Amino acid sequence: MSAHTQRIEVTLETLLESVDLAESISMRIAEAAGFSEEEMHKIGMAVREGVINAYNYGNQQDRRKKILMTIELEPEHMIVRVKDQGKGFELHEVPNPLAEENLLRTSGRGLFLMRAFMDHFDVHTAPGGGAELVMVKKLPEKVSSNGSPQPE
Amino acid sequence: MTLQGTCRQIGEIAIIDFSGKITLGEGSSLLRKTVRGLVDGGQKKILISLYDVDYIDSSGIGELVSAFTTVKAAGGELKLLHLTKRVHDILQITRLFTVFDVQSDEDTALRAFK
Repeated sequence: MSAHTQRIEVTLETLLESVDLAESISMRIAEAAGFSEEEMHKIGMAVREGVINAYNYGNQQDRRKKILMTIELEPEHMIVRVKDQGKGFELHEVPNPLAEENLLRTSGRGLFLMRAFMDHFDVHTAPGGGAELVMVKKLPEKVSSNGSPQPE
Repeated sequence: MTLQGTCRQIGEIAIIDFSGKITLGEGSSLLRKTVRGLVDGGQKKILISLYDVDYIDSSGIGELVSAFTTVKAAGGELKLLHLTKRVHDILQITRLFTVFDVQSDEDTALRAFK
């Protein structure tokens, strides 16, 4: 981890309330990092979907399990990781919610929304099992008083 | 903001005006109960107004799809009215604009029912 990286780690209970809490934390950090309101909304929603995934599908609403969320602010990126204690899954095995035959499904859009709202999205198997969702958003360019991007 | 819904009737058409967030938990649950209650009561034509709904997550989207299929399975019609930009954008990227009949004007929406 670089000397310029700031990191926050939150252990969340497998509760519905954790979804709102994680969203709120991520939006505050995104705001501090200089994201616009619309981008903050997208980051908050992606994190929300990540924690819903961990709550519902990873931990199967088992209150004995935890959800670990880490947020890192690197010089150029905000990186969010959401880790559950479930069985894990392979991204390529998840049905495409945009396929004609899946349009009327009542679930299965969360991963798609995370991918749509962030610049990069991936799923790893966490050490010790479970899924680790990794979401990356490029930080906004710092703008000088004359409106041109500032060098780092 | 917690989701709230009020129902009104114009002729054969039930209009539900929702305000707040349609998200996992109470919001999704209220949407499901309201639509199912109307369908169970014999209502065939339902217009859902989302004028004051500026936030919907994947669970809320799933409930809208469920409402659509529930009404259709009962031989009825469900339409959406007055989408906010955020809800509009979500329905667009999830391709659900190809599923729902989305209207922007109430009079036009009422006339669009068969």
